[in-house]
Amino acid sequence: MGVGPSEFTWVSDLVRRESAIVLPPGKEYLVEARLLPLARAAGLAGVDAYIRAAQRPTSLAERRAIVEALTTNETSWFRDATVFASFRRDMLPRLLADRMAHRPLRIWSAAASTGQEAYSLAMLLIEELGPARRFEIIGTDIARGVLERARQGRYTQMEVNRGLPARYLVQYFQRAGTGWQVSPELQRNIQFRELNLAAPFPPGLPAFDVVFLRNVLIYFDTPTKQTTLRRVRQVMAPGGWLVLGTAETARGIDDGFELVRMGDMSAYRPVSGSAFGSASRPPTGQASGRPSVPSARSPSVPSARPSSTPPSGPSLQLSGRI
Amino acid sequence: MHAIVIDDSSAMRMILKRIVTSLGFEATLAEHGRDALDKMDAADHRFDVALIDWIMPEMDGLEFIQAVRSDPRYDDVTLMMVSTESDQSKVVRALAAGAHEYLIKPFTPDAVAEKLELLGLLDPERVTAGV
Repeated sequence: MGVGPSEFTWVSDLVRRESAIVLPPGKEYLVEARLLPLARAAGLAGVDAYIRAAQRPTSLAERRAIVEALTTNETSWFRDATVFASFRRDMLPRLLADRMAHRPLRIWSAAASTGQEAYSLAMLLIEELGPARRFEIIGTDIARGVLERARQGRYTQMEVNRGLPARYLVQYFQRAGTGWQVSPELQRNIQFRELNLAAPFPPGLPAFDVVFLRNVLIYFDTPTKQTTLRRVRQVMAPGGWLVLGTAETARGIDDGFELVRMGDMSAYRPVSGSAFGSASRPPTGQASGRPSVPSARSPSVPSARPSSTPPSGPSLQLSGRI
Repeated sequence: MHAIVIDDSSAMRMILKRIVTSLGFEATLAEHGRDALDKMDAADHRFDVALIDWIMPEMDGLEFIQAVRSDPRYDDVTLMMVSTESDQSKVVRALAAGAHEYLIKPFTPDAVAEKLELLGLLDPERVTAGV
């Protein structure tokens, strides 16, 4: 059936205006695939009819649904396992040494989608810090529908198959019908909030020690990338880190960040004077900067494999590491 | 890299063979645990990973895992159960017996790739590139 040129242009303009995500010509297939379920649910013959209905002044819910459908992307647990491995091995010890004595570690999972990144970080932090130690993870997304799912913490069988180590499935999930429910232990350290990365951030955001802004900037045009990175910088704690997707960079876009190679991943930190409160200082042990020499690639999960004498019985010790 | 796919369903063997081959593995196929042990014993190379169904004739997946874990020749073989058994208690049993990972059927090719990446058996670029 396809999407007509004028309907595609209207959708493209709407999504760009509301989320800054660029849908260039050639993405008609994406619009059709994402909006067809909405059209069917509304009892309409096709995507074009749904788009025309959404153009009526009173069709606010339809316009919102279109933006959400086109800004929601598939995600998985521990997506890009090397990033999580480096976060744990290289970044976390420095963060803990530097600021955990003063207040709980605070992490922002921007573009949290259905919450897998935020919950993955929570699993890792509980394992690393122990269950009693507090931390704060704030997951945000533009789409209310996915945020509600993230808050509920209920996932399908197919979703828990996507990159979630079995030992975490056993430890942090409970069967719930045909799906799985994350444990209250994971949920208690996480808040999910609505936030549009392409608009001015709402007041009251705290200063973050780490911002995971992965696989978002690739959808933005350059001015929006610049604005977003500047705003992110302003909510980063001194000595904080920004983690982008593996295909993304801040270089040449925002001079307020400097790139630091950290284990198997790259991270960015605000250059002196550009962060929240502008009292930027290097993290502990970073006075002269960490050598920017990539280490030899190690396995993504150095000790995920149990020993040759695996534990047994219900008191299974799940000691592998991401 | 060598994988052995152990499943009594020929369709499932072919599906998994296609997936692991696309990820750069050479695949050996076995119809049950005993068949797999025979093929591993006869092979002139080591296996990096075994993808193991649970419910099979002759020797089931759990018995296979226990047999491999008790044989020092196979200490470095990574074991991943791939099963329709989806109760939490089953996952615990498999891990306790010595499985390194557990994938519940049905699955997508991406899910296989992501599990192999978790196990350090796959170049991350192969995962992000899709299969």
